Amino acid sequence: MSPDAMAIQAAEVDAGRTLVQVLHEWVTTVDHKRLGILYVLLALMFLLIGGLEAIIIRIQLMRAHNDFVSPQVFNRMFTMHGTTMIFFVVMPVMFGFANYLVPLMIGARDMAFPRLNAFGFWLTAFGGLLLYFSFVGGNGLYGAGNAPDVGWFAYAPLTSRAFSVGHSTDFWTVALLVSGFGSIATAINIITTVLCLRCPGMTLNRMPLLAWLNLVMAALVILAVSPLTAAQVMLSVDRYLGGHFFDTQAGGSAALWMHFFWIFGHPEVYVLVLPAFAFASEIIPVFSRKPIFGYPAMVAATVCIGFVGMTVWAHHMFTIGMNSAANAFFVLTTMIIAVPTGIKIFNWLGTIWGGKIQFKTPMLFCLGFLFQFLIAGLTGIMLGTAPFNWQLGNSYFVIAHFHYVIVGGIMFCLFGAFYYWFPKVTGRMLNETLGKLHFWLFLIGFHLTFDTMHIPGVLGMPRRIYTYEPARGWDTLNLIITAGAFIQGFAILIFVVNLVFSCFRGAKAGNDPWDAWTLEWSVSSPPPSYNFASIPTVGSRRPLWDRKHPEDPDYRYE
Amino acid sequence: MVEKHKTEWRVIVSRAMAILVLLGGILLAAGLCNATPASDNTVPSIFDPRSTTAESIDHLSRFVLAITGLIFLVVFSLLTYATVKFRSRDANTNREPAQVYGSTQIELAWTVIPILIVVVLFFATARVIHAIQDAPKPPTAVEVTAIGHQFWWEFRYPVLGVVTANELHVPVSDPNHPTPTFLKLLSADTDHSFWVPQLAGKTDLIPNRLNQMWIDPQQTGIFLGQCAQYCGTQHAKMLLRVSVDTPEAFDAWIHAQKQSANRDDKEVAGRHVFETTACVNCHAVGGTNATGRFGPDLTHLMSRSTIAAGAAENTNENLRLWIQNPDAIKPGSLMPAMKLSDPDLDALVRYLETLH
Repeated sequence: MSPDAMAIQAAEVDAGRTLVQVLHEWVTTVDHKRLGILYVLLALMFLLIGGLEAIIIRIQLMRAHNDFVSPQVFNRMFTMHGTTMIFFVVMPVMFGFANYLVPLMIGARDMAFPRLNAFGFWLTAFGGLLLYFSFVGGNGLYGAGNAPDVGWFAYAPLTSRAFSVGHSTDFWTVALLVSGFGSIATAINIITTVLCLRCPGMTLNRMPLLAWLNLVMAALVILAVSPLTAAQVMLSVDRYLGGHFFDTQAGGSAALWMHFFWIFGHPEVYVLVLPAFAFASEIIPVFSRKPIFGYPAMVAATVCIGFVGMTVWAHHMFTIGMNSAANAFFVLTTMIIAVPTGIKIFNWLGTIWGGKIQFKTPMLFCLGFLFQFLIAGLTGIMLGTAPFNWQLGNSYFVIAHFHYVIVGGIMFCLFGAFYYWFPKVTGRMLNETLGKLHFWLFLIGFHLTFDTMHIPGVLGMPRRIYTYEPARGWDTLNLIITAGAFIQGFAILIFVVNLVFSCFRGAKAGNDPWDAWTLEWSVSSPPPSYNFASIPTVGSRRPLWDRKHPEDPDYRYE
Repeated sequence: MVEKHKTEWRVIVSRAMAILVLLGGILLAAGLCNATPASDNTVPSIFDPRSTTAESIDHLSRFVLAITGLIFLVVFSLLTYATVKFRSRDANTNREPAQVYGSTQIELAWTVIPILIVVVLFFATARVIHAIQDAPKPPTAVEVTAIGHQFWWEFRYPVLGVVTANELHVPVSDPNHPTPTFLKLLSADTDHSFWVPQLAGKTDLIPNRLNQMWIDPQQTGIFLGQCAQYCGTQHAKMLLRVSVDTPEAFDAWIHAQKQSANRDDKEVAGRHVFETTACVNCHAVGGTNATGRFGPDLTHLMSRSTIAAGAAENTNENLRLWIQNPDAIKPGSLMPAMKLSDPDLDALVRYLETLH
């Protein structure tokens, strides 16, 4: 069990309840804060599992012709690693933070649909368990492998029954189908909460950026997860009801699956990254001691990313033989999306500019994010250039690029968010020394792994190969990549130790340890049930600034 | 004094971070730009192009790298400058910095400049897309149909009447009288992707769909590549060799490949084993009753330098091992273990070795 749960549980057992009663409360809870914590704990559990899979992949690839695992096991590992990290780590953790923070930050007492909220969580949780149950149940009657091994985007026709016997692909399909419904439920909840439950005075124009970004994220979830869900149903129809949507041997189309998957898959990137932007947009101002630079532009850029993000999906498919006009169109949309993303980076820079930067752990992670997201964006432009993509696509360069986005960008923001809001959730500070150690080790490991990883891609190393030939210039690079992976793994362990340690021994946080400006810091840590004894009224984007600086309140300038 | 130490420590931390990120950037840039090839040409670097298509991609790539590199330098410097310059020097003063909410002019500037860059990049890219994808096929072009299989390549020359596997032979192209090779890409089962980085970008082979690509190699030699779209268990060992020959050597190769199998009656025992076991279900040998198409055509097996789609050298020991226990070379390949007796195996390998 995780530290947060243990602390809360310990407190409650002290209050004279039995363990069973406490567990029952957690299982049946519809409280947005508890569900938020449950989401985060679920994600942390899967993070450790997915990380272990990554380590297995890296050990196998550390030298040419290594035989640490068989090709079959390797293929399962990269499929499970990708699926786990996207669907059962980053998505749930983002939903967890949104669940916990959005009502607190907009001055609401809970999410709009508390029971739908619980329903969404349990669907996601059981979806994840179902995916991992494939290790036990995936053999089916055929004795043909267990966990899914079709890759996380599961291109047809590898998923058809001719090429994927047994039930491993079915576990993958149903797990994503189930958790997809959970995601859609949570997305509807976030949208409704943000639109309908804001406290008096909080117009859309005064809403914290975190709420804005999560609003756009939730809209994208509905638009993106629905086609994925439809595709999963179609795939199951193919596999069990004799359908031929993706069955190329009977006239179906493999490209159709690619379109369905990537019209989910690309907006999904923004689903994951917008909440990370949200964390950065809250943390960077507080530790620069300045308001966010260009709030309206930040909101506009977010909404713009949401719209343009729906039109770029086929840049994952530059190599499938689309005609030149289609390729050029998707080059254009892909490059256009660099503009609002660039605006965001510049506005964060503008926020830092002229501030008084405090290098606390949350800020360190967010600064790391800024530098790394810059690089990730630029390699994204390279990949968005279709002819360059014909070389780099499906190579290790792509792997390096999207890990730069997901680890260097999203995970760094996420760790920043953990250090920033942990005091609010548990009432105790995370240890700064361990936090800084975690940051520096993770930073070093990250750059060792993912800076290096660009190069074998340029040297012709494709992704998803369980081994490679010596003498292609890939050996040493892969060894360095693996070394970096171990350093990152070690840093994550420090983080987990810090979570557990600080939960019990951390310094008391008080209500507002960072001298911050949004509503969640106005209530006790952890916040009381239903958050606000009386619903607050706000007059600007930084209600606590106004309270702390009545001589110079924000609303004069907005 | 303690305060001073703290401040110095902060400076060190921020500088160390800056240096680290800078190092990362340099490493990346160095890796991208100086990925120079080994002289024996076993490193299939995309920045070492030997064909017109790969070359025009290379030019565009360097242009994009230059622009993104410039953006990186500017934004990285600004970020580093801001991080170092605006660090909080004295933790004890509670004075907040000036509260700035935004600036329309500055924000307009960093919106318009990226838009201009996007326009430039788009037109540069669209030009290359058009040049490569819409290139007309000259009458002198060599036509090849490449068919992806789990986990090997079938190459058919429909005009020249040749069928081979895994090692593609094409003529070198003289810029004055180009003889490019146009490939029709098909798949017999799952998705594959044809990628020989020094000759061209990759194009997928997708079942129930016809794709095309072309190469125009300017230099003779062996060029390495491999399948670049995950296609199943042995995706990793679906290797690809392209031999770019002089026109004379190419014609000689075509002439040799057009012959039917060498009917050497000395190895009649081995031929008997071949033609009376499951071999013929999957493999073809021209001029015999072996007409299978599930596995590679073996008519001129010994003209190839590798077996098992490049997974092993084409030697006597490897042939024996491959027939007896394919999993030892390529676990999960679709070639079954033939479980032959030692005399049969000896005879069979002797027969295969006559297939020049």
